[in-house]
Amino acid sequence: MSYLNTGILALAAYLAAYLASCQTPLSHWLGVQIDLRPALLVYCGLRTEWATLALVSVLGGLWFDALSANRLGISILPLFVIAFLVHLNRGLILREQQYAQFVLGIAASAAAPVLTILLMVGVGQVPLIGWGSIWQWLIMALVGGALTPALFWVLERFCRAFTYPAVSESSFRPDREIKRGRV
Amino acid sequence: MFRRPQYLALMAVVLLVLVVLSLPIQTATQLKLALGGFFLPLIGLTSSSRSVARQAEGTVVPRRMLLDQIDDLKRENERLRLQLMQSNLVWQENLTLRQAFGWKQQSRWDLRLARVTLRDPANWWRTIQIDLGQRDGVVTNMPVMTSEGLVGKVQRVGLWSSQVVLIGDPNCRVSAVVEDEKDQDGGIIQADASSILDPSIVELTFLGGQSKAKAGALVVTSGQGGVFPKGIPIGKVIETRSVGFGMSTEARVKLSANFKHLDYVWVKFP
Repeated sequence: MSYLNTGILALAAYLAAYLASCQTPLSHWLGVQIDLRPALLVYCGLRTEWATLALVSVLGGLWFDALSANRLGISILPLFVIAFLVHLNRGLILREQQYAQFVLGIAASAAAPVLTILLMVGVGQVPLIGWGSIWQWLIMALVGGALTPALFWVLERFCRAFTYPAVSESSFRPDREIKRGRV
Repeated sequence: MFRRPQYLALMAVVLLVLVVLSLPIQTATQLKLALGGFFLPLIGLTSSSRSVARQAEGTVVPRRMLLDQIDDLKRENERLRLQLMQSNLVWQENLTLRQAFGWKQQSRWDLRLARVTLRDPANWWRTIQIDLGQRDGVVTNMPVMTSEGLVGKVQRVGLWSSQVVLIGDPNCRVSAVVEDEKDQDGGIIQADASSILDPSIVELTFLGGQSKAKAGALVVTSGQGGVFPKGIPIGKVIETRSVGFGMSTEARVKLSANFKHLDYVWVKFP
């Protein structure tokens, strides 16, 4: 993974924080602000190494909290924990399958707000929570899950555009070449 | 095991989070404002692309429709001019009577229009960002309203933008009175957790046990607390219920301002 790809993922975290605070027709219709950062961290967990993963969760968390009334830094840890667990188990996950991406997206988008609220309550903040929050939580999880394969598709293309293509292995081996003529 | 890169990364992130969370509130606020500054180019880009779209829309709107709109606006302008004239007469009369009785003179509100740039990305807070900041003279706790009624107050001020906490957020409580009651029973407007999906509903608590607040009664700011001036409309009572074995009354209030379509708000300067 090149530095440029890390930069693209940091930029994606920046855009995800901005989009979450925009009033889009979808969020207006559903009455829920949609957060794409958990889906992004699922991508990072499956495709990148530790430094990128930590950087994206730190930047995504800080930018999100800067636009929100959240305590600064409160949403970093939930994002990192999600990416950490995905990365630890990535050998067991069929990462190319859209179904797997969808399920991981749902799980991540459902876990991130719950962990954030638990942390907030732990540090003494009292957020606005009621029965309606269950509807918001379900919508966040479902929309986050549905957008995860799309996010994978977009980021794969972006990252591929900025990296060298993998060298294709040839069946020809120079050490097995038969030298003809006089030596 | 703990020397593996993944555990080192985990420890580094946990350490960073602990450091950021233990920052003093002032420092954390400054850091928030600095990080929020990263979004200024995007906010500018969004607003300029909106104006470009509006210009493009202007080129395709039929001339007939524009003429009709101008006609409507002229009529509205005439009506508002008449209202302003009447209001000025009443204002002068009021002033004369105040002087005659020696009452404290009320000054006209100094209001500045602000554009709503962003909303709170978290679903558990109700805040917005506006495009007025320190350079425009905004300070914390300034009341924010629309022509329909009170919206909230300024919570955090940056150089170019400010964060406004809306009525219905747990961090925004407003002292209010039900206007058509004879004894002007007052209470506190606060968040109503049962109406999370409808931001236009809040709760009026701590009304007296003998309160006669009825559905449809107007709720306005009481002027107590020193943040909101007296008499700003907040909303109308939908229903009331007695709590604590009749010791007090609570009312559900429908806010006058339309919180779903907040594009522009007025900030009241002192």
